[in-house]
Amino acid sequence: MALITCEKATFAYEGVPVVKELDLKIERGQYLCIVGENGSGKSTLVKGLLGLLRPVSGKVLFGDGLRQNEIGYLPQRTDAQSDFPASVWEVASSGCHGLWMTARKREKVRELLKLLGVAHLEKHSFARLSGGQQQRVLLARALCATSSLLLLDEPVAGLDPLVTREMYDVIRMLHKEQGLTVVMISHDVQAAMQEADCILHLSNGGSFYGTPFEYRHSELGLRFFGGCCCHE
Amino acid sequence: MNNEVFQLLGKMFSYHFMVRAAVVGLLVSLCAALLGVSLVLKRYSMIGDGLSHVGFGALAVASALGLAPMWVSIPVVMAAAVLLLRLSSHAKVKGDALIAMISAASLAVGVIVLSLSSGTTGDVNNYLFGSVLAMTGEDVWLSVGLAAVVLVLFGIFYRKMFAVTFDETFARATGEKVEGYHLLLACLTALTIVLGMRVMGAMLISSLIIFPALTAMRVCRSFRSVTICAAVVSVVCFMLGLCASYLLDTPTGASVVVANVVAFLAFSLAGRIREKG
Repeated sequence: MALITCEKATFAYEGVPVVKELDLKIERGQYLCIVGENGSGKSTLVKGLLGLLRPVSGKVLFGDGLRQNEIGYLPQRTDAQSDFPASVWEVASSGCHGLWMTARKREKVRELLKLLGVAHLEKHSFARLSGGQQQRVLLARALCATSSLLLLDEPVAGLDPLVTREMYDVIRMLHKEQGLTVVMISHDVQAAMQEADCILHLSNGGSFYGTPFEYRHSELGLRFFGGCCCHE
Repeated sequence: MNNEVFQLLGKMFSYHFMVRAAVVGLLVSLCAALLGVSLVLKRYSMIGDGLSHVGFGALAVASALGLAPMWVSIPVVMAAAVLLLRLSSHAKVKGDALIAMISAASLAVGVIVLSLSSGTTGDVNNYLFGSVLAMTGEDVWLSVGLAAVVLVLFGIFYRKMFAVTFDETFARATGEKVEGYHLLLACLTALTIVLGMRVMGAMLISSLIIFPALTAMRVCRSFRSVTICAAVVSVVCFMLGLCASYLLDTPTGASVVVANVVAFLAFSLAGRIREKG
């Protein structure tokens, strides 16, 4: 069974259905990128997958040993935590389930910080890190909460080109080397085509699901690219 | 000179009412500081202020009807806490405006009830600005119980409190019952306010929640250090304020607030200096 299966799931935002009758299977090992215009329901779908929003009709099913609260979620960047007193360690370890930190959980947090190249910042103030470093710490937090599926909401928004590239490298490493299933919401269609092995395009006039190659030649894909061709 | 001060302070604690006020005040300061960190960071500071006004109204009504003040005001303020939290998350009237409305309304009711029932402004003054004479033995035990509850719950849920305060959406996504933690926070805040109100006064009690957290945040950069620092600052400022009020014959609640203001300014300065250095 797939990790997540949507069966004719319809999600509404403030009473208006925005994602309609979506059929979607997220299989283990997949790298799925969800693209679409503003207001096409990307954020609403994220909430639906996380269980913060119930489908008004249809079903969201979890399988293959995944429970809904075990999705490693990287939220969209906000300024809300810009003056929050918290150390890198505190932020990363807050992804661990359960009331207490055990020696094993501590070890896991340490390993993840190392894997993401931010172990040396452990005692630093989270608020004072650069955007890229903050995203790495939040990725570590997401990984504390999951062992199989990462759900990344606009992970490179607001980052400069160099850091953006690094971020994509990190995500690719997590997918290829750590064997994580990745679901990424993105505005960056070019990068999505290069990085992902599946594309879901949400649109108010119907959606598309397929490989990047199929997407490029689909009607929606062509329209979204506006005729411009992206290189292989 | 030093000797004299110590003698005076020794005499101060020979009065039972002073010891009672000190015990209640210290425990309330500690609880308020711990809860305050989350309240301030969640931008809920005004809830503390609103609740203290509701508490004033409830106390006034209870004393007019001859009921036990604690047993009336605790449930009323708790209900108000739940209501404020519920309404401020999804309501047509904006949360801050709503709190201001409820504050003013409770204050008005309290003042009217007090003036009709006793007619002395002394009572109103005591309720609004606090009095060290107000504590009974029962209050001491209540505050010991409260402090125990707050400390134990805070200890158990410390990590979750951090997660919920830092990033509500992520906490929700990992299956935390965010509303439950908010409710817990509101109820403990309500209890703390009711207990502290009569020493500190309805007008001044919310400062115990807000000041220590803000003071600690001037210099500390992690949640844990802010929490510990806020607790220490709060307890020390209360003791300083209480002693100063006895030595200088100033109102207790106001003296404690001034001690907190001084601490805030000192920590701000220290923070500035560290930033530059």
